[in-house]
Amino acid sequence: MKRRNLIAGMAGLFAAGCSKVADSKAGSALLSAAEDWHRKAHRALANRQALAPEFTRADLSPTFRGNGSKTVDTPFYREQLASGFPDWRLEVTGLVATPLTFSLDNIRRLPQRTQITRHDCVEGWSAIGEWTGPQLSLLLDAAGVLPEANFIVFRCADSLYDRSYYESIDMVDAYHPQTIVAHMLNGEPLPEKNGAPLRMRVERQLGYKHPKYLTAIEAVATLEGIEGGKGGFWEDQYGYQWYAGI
Amino acid sequence: MKHHSLLTRLWHWLNALCVIVLFMSGLNISNAHRYLYWGNYGFDLADAWLAVPRFPGWMTIPGYYDLAGARGWHMLMAWPFALGLLAMWIAMLLSRHFWRDLRTTRAEWKPAAIWRNIVQHMKLDFSHAGAKYNFLQKLAYGLVLGVFLPLMIFTGMAISPGLEPAAPWLVEIFGGRQSARSIHFILAWGTCAFFLVHIALVLLSGPVGQLRDMITGGRREA
Repeated sequence: MKRRNLIAGMAGLFAAGCSKVADSKAGSALLSAAEDWHRKAHRALANRQALAPEFTRADLSPTFRGNGSKTVDTPFYREQLASGFPDWRLEVTGLVATPLTFSLDNIRRLPQRTQITRHDCVEGWSAIGEWTGPQLSLLLDAAGVLPEANFIVFRCADSLYDRSYYESIDMVDAYHPQTIVAHMLNGEPLPEKNGAPLRMRVERQLGYKHPKYLTAIEAVATLEGIEGGKGGFWEDQYGYQWYAGI
Repeated sequence: MKHHSLLTRLWHWLNALCVIVLFMSGLNISNAHRYLYWGNYGFDLADAWLAVPRFPGWMTIPGYYDLAGARGWHMLMAWPFALGLLAMWIAMLLSRHFWRDLRTTRAEWKPAAIWRNIVQHMKLDFSHAGAKYNFLQKLAYGLVLGVFLPLMIFTGMAISPGLEPAAPWLVEIFGGRQSARSIHFILAWGTCAFFLVHIALVLLSGPVGQLRDMITGGRREA
């Protein structure tokens, strides 16, 4: 028992030392630099347009787990969910030549991409689903993104712990062919728990980068000044990595 | 001639630090979803081949549940761990350290010889009879340097969705992402087992001298 206590004590001291480093200015700079090296290494090793693996219908997981927000707690959402989202609007705004507003019908009428991909949650689990929707690049080109835009911010209807969910990606992922605005999962309209009526698919990153209950797409020059400034709900509130390709 | 070269000593301590931080932060990450699966997908207890216990705070970095913080440490230390091992392998092959000291010979694989070596270990007799390492040592070091540690790196890379478009075959050879994640977990405990046996044997074979030699280099036995 004594030896066990000694090991636990040493491990505890070691962990406390690590926390001291992580809380220091230099330590946290080092930790975010390491995140950046991974992003740069991934981008250097893979072609910008390189696709995440696509599967067949035989590979689909029997169900697709819903995680994080599983609904939007407003009367408007309940009413829209019941009636097939006739009044749901998706705005494309920010640094664009022509701000646009899409209804669900408009979205469905655009050229569609269907892809069977694996969804990897930061927690460690994976599910495979078939997603259908227009490529984000189509919407961005229609609105005419201005050259000074560096990021695309996604606004959502849901809140977690009383804060609005949002996310952001850079232009490489925004113009990636598998980055789509999905309105269907496995051939059916998107279920409530998976983000009905619209959610993003950003296939080369972890699940928290695929925002659900999408209401607006905004082109911005910098992430500073947007909510907590770190580019996403989990990034702002709990220090999650902005680049979630690892 | 030093018993341990400067590079061996530097790598040994850097690697020890990396492995400890990676293991402890990895246990924190494991606490985020405590089920392991085979194949490509898995999210339901019903599909799991193993339900992993929750690891207590004293075993994890940070010392409380913090997935983002643990991931930060894991991703930072992955760099010196992977690059250090790569450098060590290049150096071991170039200097012939691997060929000279770590390679096992056919004679050593004879059952009688292996048995003799095991009995010798049981009697806590760690003499090497001319060679730098005995058979069981070579086997353990070979397994850790050549199998466990490289596979930790490759399974870790296979779990990264951002790397997969560059090397989808890496995920396929492990049998899917959830399989790679399971193998990553199993090997982490294999490495932990080596670590514990390694420490126990150092303690049994003159810890002061062993520790001194791994710091100063020591002197090669005549």
